[in-house]
Amino acid sequence: MVQLTINGIKVNAEEGMTVLEAAKSVGISIPTLCHLKNLDPTGACRICVVEIEGFKGLTPSCAYPVTEGMVVTTDSPRVRKARKTIVELLIENHPQDCLICVRNKNCELQDLSEQYGVREHRYVGETKCHAIDISSASMERDPAKCILCGRCVRVCHEVQKIGAIDFTKRGFTSIVTTPYNKGLNVSDCILCGQCILVCPTAALREKSSIKEVANALYDRKKYCIAQVAPAVRASLGEEYNMPLGTDVTGLLVTGLRRLGFKKVFDTNFAADLTIMEEATELINRIQNGGSLPMFTSCCPGWIKYVEMNRPEVLDHISTCKSPHEMEGAVLKSYYAKKMGIDPADIYVVSIMPCTVKKYESNRAELSADAMPDVDAVLTTRELVRFFKTAGIDFNDLPESEFDNPLGESTGAAAIFGTSGGVMEAALRTAYFKITGTELEHLEFEEIRGMAGIKEATVKIGDLDVSIAVVNGIGNVGPILDEVQNGTSKHHFIEVMACPGGCINGGGQPIHQKPEKVAKRVKALYKIDENAKTRRSHENESVITLYREFFGEPNSHKAHEILHTEYFDKRKIFKN
Amino acid sequence: MHSKIFESYQPNDRSALIPLLQDVQNIYGYLPENALRDISDFVKVPLSRVYGVATFYNQFRLTPLGENIIRVCRGTACHVKNSANILFALETELGITAGQTTRDKKFTLEVVNCIGACSIAPVILVNDDYHGRITVKDIPKILKKYQTVKKTETAEVMK
Repeated sequence: MVQLTINGIKVNAEEGMTVLEAAKSVGISIPTLCHLKNLDPTGACRICVVEIEGFKGLTPSCAYPVTEGMVVTTDSPRVRKARKTIVELLIENHPQDCLICVRNKNCELQDLSEQYGVREHRYVGETKCHAIDISSASMERDPAKCILCGRCVRVCHEVQKIGAIDFTKRGFTSIVTTPYNKGLNVSDCILCGQCILVCPTAALREKSSIKEVANALYDRKKYCIAQVAPAVRASLGEEYNMPLGTDVTGLLVTGLRRLGFKKVFDTNFAADLTIMEEATELINRIQNGGSLPMFTSCCPGWIKYVEMNRPEVLDHISTCKSPHEMEGAVLKSYYAKKMGIDPADIYVVSIMPCTVKKYESNRAELSADAMPDVDAVLTTRELVRFFKTAGIDFNDLPESEFDNPLGESTGAAAIFGTSGGVMEAALRTAYFKITGTELEHLEFEEIRGMAGIKEATVKIGDLDVSIAVVNGIGNVGPILDEVQNGTSKHHFIEVMACPGGCINGGGQPIHQKPEKVAKRVKALYKIDENAKTRRSHENESVITLYREFFGEPNSHKAHEILHTEYFDKRKIFKN
Repeated sequence: MHSKIFESYQPNDRSALIPLLQDVQNIYGYLPENALRDISDFVKVPLSRVYGVATFYNQFRLTPLGENIIRVCRGTACHVKNSANILFALETELGITAGQTTRDKKFTLEVVNCIGACSIAPVILVNDDYHGRITVKDIPKILKKYQTVKKTETAEVMK
């Protein structure tokens, strides 16, 4: 323990703590910009400077460790002046377009400007001028709004280990960009959107589909159907000041109906369907000697990563489409036929916590007769904006239920939104399929939580099934090496590109605190616990779907509609 | 052509990045994109970071040099003697900005901080020739001289 004084308060801090952390532990807040929790400090922005007795200059508190007897002042005229100057200089080299900015009222630069009372332009000079990169289907990059804090760079390199963007050039011309300043669409980017979540301004943002969805909703010929991903219901409430981890399913359904969607279905239905297909595929591979281990295919970011970097393992990936694509495909085949609607008139909109899903919905192979399975994808953040535009007061909405038959789901589907969830859901069904008896204890605690790689062995009948869950694409490297060397002992591996799973996806409400993610996860596990049925094979609508349409899991028809293929894209991206 | 340079380095060693970049530049006179990709694979550093390092340091260039290199001194003495105008005139005359190469690959225009010839300010250096106390009017004449001149040594290295 180290004892120090901060603003006259005696603080007992652990050795190795930074001044910033010590101050926070006693309720003293110091502003930060470049700081990211759990990553090494860079001390780049200097907004966190404090005065330390005996030091000549100001010290960045995010990078300076506490020492015995240290006397720190976090708020003095000198500190305030320094911070204000930093904010003023940043603002002067930033577009003055807050009124029409997508991050208006949700911008850290704006907050700091308010906090330090910036009321005039004191430094007028040359401002940087960069083109917006709209090349990718999921994201936009607006370097003119970048304040060079480097958080996106560190998330991309250190957390996700992709390294698609970095600082280039120097001084006034310095810019965070891709190699050769090319479009994100031809870079190493997997479009996971983790950089959007940490961006303090609007330099990184999703590509909005609100306009095209609104146009479809006003088009009388179109039969608009919405579907909602599991992770959205656990996070949307945050944007309406509800407590963290509030389940807003009922409100969400009403809200979407009021936007004009004819039907509101649940992606969880398709999650159950995915489990039926994926568990059957896994059992087939184990019993008939297919490529093992098998990887999950729910995460399009993960798929994009493999196609660009490790095409050698493509045959290890389950051929199942991701749940929302399955839902779309079923809507435009089974449901259209059943209801007598022309599939060409159906417009499927997915509400997703994910930016990559936008790219995924554009993939040519995820379509039938030149009609995409899913027509548009809205992220959680876009939906909030759409509600605002449509004058829907979310907090005061009555609750309502999903439409049927594609709205019914089990608890197993709800946990798809969190890391380890797909695995858990698949095991529940695989157990039944192999042994013919139901699993008694449904919770697999070993594969829950935020660890990077979670491994376990599950005894199913006579078979010891070895499983692994990769939480965040940054942790997938060693697992992939094992698979390529043929030394992998696993049978089934789940990979989610975002740390924590979809619940922390790139389309979720902007946040900076990891504890928020944990609360969202709890909401999903609670939905599972309280669900009437908790195993995908018990979903009555799914059973009916198989009886009326597909026959059985992995049937020829199911393969045609619910499965897809992957391509070696290394040549496109690495040359 | 540059595959030999990797022989003297350990793979996956990040600290070899800058020496490797220097070696590649010694071969080609600049850093071609495919060489950066090979270096990125060799040292296991993302291409974005390799590119970041290559654009950070002034010693590295990403485009081939022209036959003649014009270095405009923008040091203090030359600045006082209106070297900003000289630079502007050169840019206008060549139709490029500092750091670029003309389309016919004849001239590369660069800015340097001081070439240590303050007594003859404002000064420009074309290849190895100093042109001191010049005015804007002298520029077309100087350029014309090098339009027809044979390839210089610097250009020879590149071949």
